[in-house]
Amino acid sequence: MTDKIPALRLEGIVKTFPGVRALDGVSFDVMPGEVHALMGENGAGKSTLMKVLGGIYQPDEGQIIVNEAPAVMASPLEAKANGILFIHQELSLAQELSVAENVYLGELPLKRFGRVDWHTLYAKTDAILARLNVRFNAKTVVGSLSIANQQMVEIARALTVDAKAVIFDEPTASLTDAEKVVLFDVIDDLKSQGVVIIYISHRMEEIFKITDRISVLRDGQYTGTAITAETNEDQITQMMIGRKLDLSRNAVHHELGDVALEVRGLTCGNLFQDISFQVRRGEVVGFYGLVGAGRTEIAETLFGLRDPSAGTILLNGKETRIASPIDAISHGISLVPEDRKGQGLVLDMSCRDNMTLPQVDSLKSGLFVAQGEENAIFDKYKDRLDIRTPSWKQTVGNLSGGNQQKIVIGKWLSMHPDVLIVDEPTRGIDVGSKSEIHNLIRELAAQGYAVIVISSEMPEVLHVADRIIAMYSGRIMRTFTSDEVTEDNLIQAISGIANDKVA
Amino acid sequence: MQAGKLSTYLSKGAIWGFIVMELIFFSVAGEFLSISDKAFMDIDNMLLLLKQSAPIGIIAIGMTIIMINGNIDLSVGAIFALSGIILLDSMTWPIFAGLGDWVIPVSWLLALLMGITLGFINGLIVWKTGVDAFIVTLGSMLGYRGLVFMYNGENPTSNLNWTLVDFAELEILGLHTATWFLLVVTAIIWFVMTRTVHGRNAYAIGDNREAAVNAGIRVGPHMLINFMIIGFLAALSAVVFYSESGSVNPNDGQLYELWVITAVVLGGTKLAGGAGSIISTFGGVIAIQLLRKGLGHIGADTSTVNLVIGIILIAVLILDRQLNAKGKEELKI
Repeated sequence: MTDKIPALRLEGIVKTFPGVRALDGVSFDVMPGEVHALMGENGAGKSTLMKVLGGIYQPDEGQIIVNEAPAVMASPLEAKANGILFIHQELSLAQELSVAENVYLGELPLKRFGRVDWHTLYAKTDAILARLNVRFNAKTVVGSLSIANQQMVEIARALTVDAKAVIFDEPTASLTDAEKVVLFDVIDDLKSQGVVIIYISHRMEEIFKITDRISVLRDGQYTGTAITAETNEDQITQMMIGRKLDLSRNAVHHELGDVALEVRGLTCGNLFQDISFQVRRGEVVGFYGLVGAGRTEIAETLFGLRDPSAGTILLNGKETRIASPIDAISHGISLVPEDRKGQGLVLDMSCRDNMTLPQVDSLKSGLFVAQGEENAIFDKYKDRLDIRTPSWKQTVGNLSGGNQQKIVIGKWLSMHPDVLIVDEPTRGIDVGSKSEIHNLIRELAAQGYAVIVISSEMPEVLHVADRIIAMYSGRIMRTFTSDEVTEDNLIQAISGIANDKVA
Repeated sequence: MQAGKLSTYLSKGAIWGFIVMELIFFSVAGEFLSISDKAFMDIDNMLLLLKQSAPIGIIAIGMTIIMINGNIDLSVGAIFALSGIILLDSMTWPIFAGLGDWVIPVSWLLALLMGITLGFINGLIVWKTGVDAFIVTLGSMLGYRGLVFMYNGENPTSNLNWTLVDFAELEILGLHTATWFLLVVTAIIWFVMTRTVHGRNAYAIGDNREAAVNAGIRVGPHMLINFMIIGFLAALSAVVFYSESGSVNPNDGQLYELWVITAVVLGGTKLAGGAGSIISTFGGVIAIQLLRKGLGHIGADTSTVNLVIGIILIAVLILDRQLNAKGKEELKI
C-alpha cells in the first residue's frame, strides 16, 4: 500500500470549541478504492472530523490533501465540488417528491424560461439508479419507499457528481439484515470504481465484513490505524476505550421466580398473530427478528398503546385488560421505548423532572410538587445506575445516549414495576455504555424483575437474554434456550427458513 | 460550555434588557422630541402604563400556558367581548333588580363563568376530536364574535355602575386595581406552572407529547384545564376593563389575540410548545406597552407604532434565534 498515492490525506487537523478540544492533531490517509472505517466512542470526534472534511466546519489547524493537492473546503458545496460526499445518518428527503427530484434537488436540469427539463432529469436519474441496482425508478414518490430504499436515494444523490470519496455515517442504523447486504453490494461496487469510502459505524461485525483498514479516534486524538484482516474486535475496542471490554456472558445463574407475565394467543390485526409466551421473575426474554416482524408492536400492545384484536394478557396469574399506558403503569408494566428521544424523554426538561415524570402526580405536598422527594428519588437512581450528569438540573437533551437511556430506565425502576420491556436498549449508544446497559439489564433480572429485551442486534440478544423468541412476519417461529441457540439457527428462524421445516 | 451558558442567560434575560433599552431611549428621545414637558419615566406615567398593560397582560399570561402546552387560542378577543357584555348587561336584568350593589359580584361571577364555559368548549373540542387548536379556536373566534353581534347588533352594550367605577379606579398601595389583578394573576399562574403537577405536565406535553403519553400522563384533561384557565383569564380581563369603561362595542377585543401572542413570543415562549416562562411574558407585555406609550410620547401616530412593533418583533426573534443557535452549536460536539 505504501507505494501508492493516497487519495485523501488528513494532516494534523485541530478543531476546538469553547472549552473543548474536539480534534487534537488528527492525521490519517485513505488509499484509492479503499473502504476505511472510522471508529470511536460517541464524543470521540468522528462526527466533527467528518464535518471538517465535508466543509461544515473549518479546521483551526492542519490541512486536507486530495490527490496530493491541498484542498480547502469552505462549505459543503465546495466539498462536493472536490468530490467529497456525505451520506448522513438521518435521511433528509422530500417525502412528497419523486426520486428524480430528490436526487437533483437544487440542481434540476432546466430548459428555457426556467422550466424543468423532465426528460433529461428522469434519464439521468435512471442512469444512476441502474448503477445502484435498485427496483424503483426515477418517477417513484420517495415517501412510498422503504427506509433502505430511501437511503439508496441519498446515495444516488451523492453519485450525481464525480465522487472521489463518499462518507457513510452509521448507514445501517435503520436497516434490516437483508437490506444491509444490498448496501454492502453498493459499497463494493463504488469501491471497484476507485471511489474512497469512509465508513463510520459502531457495529464491529459490519466493520470487519466490509472494510480494508480501521482508524480509531479517542477523545479527539488519533490512536492508530489497523489493517482489518490483521486485527480483531478486542484490539479495536481497546484502541477505542483504552481498556479491555468484557463482552462475555454474565454466567452467574440465579433462581427464576414465578411467572410475572403470560401472554396467550395475542393478535393485533395483521401486525402480529397468535403470540403466546411467559416471562418469569428474574428472567430476561429476548425478542429477535427483522424490522417489521412485529416485535415493537407486541411491546406497544402490552403497554396499552395498541388494542389487541384477540388474546389475553395475564399478570401474576390474573387476566388483565390494558387499555392505556396509564393501565399498564398501574399494573406494573414499564416500557423503555425504541425511539428514546421521540418517545421516552422530554428533552428540554431536567434529568430529575424526566425521571419523576410518571409519578409526579403522587409526589405532592398540598398543592405543590414535593421537590425534596423528587431529589431523593433522583439521587437514589443516579447512584444506582451510575448516571453521569453534573446535576439534576442538567437538561436531558445534553446528556450522552447512554446516560439518557439510564434516565429512562431509572424513571421506570423508581415506579417499582414487575415487568420491564426494553426496546432496542442500545440503539445509538457507544460501545462503552453499551456493555454497561447490558450488565444493568442482567443485574435487574438478578434482582427479580421480569425483563423483555427487543433487539435487532444478534450479539445483544445472545449476550443478554436467557431465552430468545425468534419472530418472523408477525409470528413466533421458535423459542430458544441459551443452550440450544446458535447464530445459524437463529438467523434461519427469523428469516422464515425454519418456517417450512416446522410446517 | 461557558459561552453556551452565557447565551442561555442572555436569551432568557433578553426581554428585561430590551425594556431597559426602551426606557433609556424614550427618556433621552423624549427630552428632544416630546411636546409634553413631563419626563417619560415620570412615576405616574409608569403606574398608568402598568394599568394599561393589564387587559392584554392578563390574557397573555393565560396564552403562555396554552402555548407551553403546545396549543394556541385565537378566540380570546371574542371571549373578552362576550364576557364584557354579560358583565354589563346582567346588571340590568330584572331578576337581579332587588340586589342593589350586590349585583356586582353576581355579574362578575356570570362573566367569569361565561369565559370558563367558552374555554371549556374550545378545550373539549381539541381534546375529543384531536383537531389542531389553531383551527378549532379560529372557528370559535368567528363563532363567539358572531354571538357578540347577535346579542345587540351593531350597538354598544353600556351600563355604567358608579360603585364599580370607583372600585376600578381605586389605588391600593399606589397601584391601580387593574395592576393588582395583573400582578396577582402573574404570581398565581407562575406558581401553577413552576410548582404544581399540572404545570410540570403541561411543559412535558408541550415538549414531547408522545413521551408524556408513555409516562401515563392524561394529556386531554390537562389541555382542557388550560383552555378553561385562559377562558377565565380572558373574562377576568374583561371584568377589569369594563368595570371602569362601562361600555362594550361589538368590535372590542378584535386583534387582541395577536397582541397577546406578540407579547408571549417576545417573552421567549416557543410557538411549538414545551418552553416558556410566565415572568418573561410579563416582561413581553410591559415591553409592548412601553413601545406604544413611548412612541406616543415622542409624537408618533398609531400606524407608525404598529410598524415599529412589527419590525421589533421580527428583529427580536432573529436575535433570539442567533443566541439560541449559537448555544446549541457549542454543546453539540
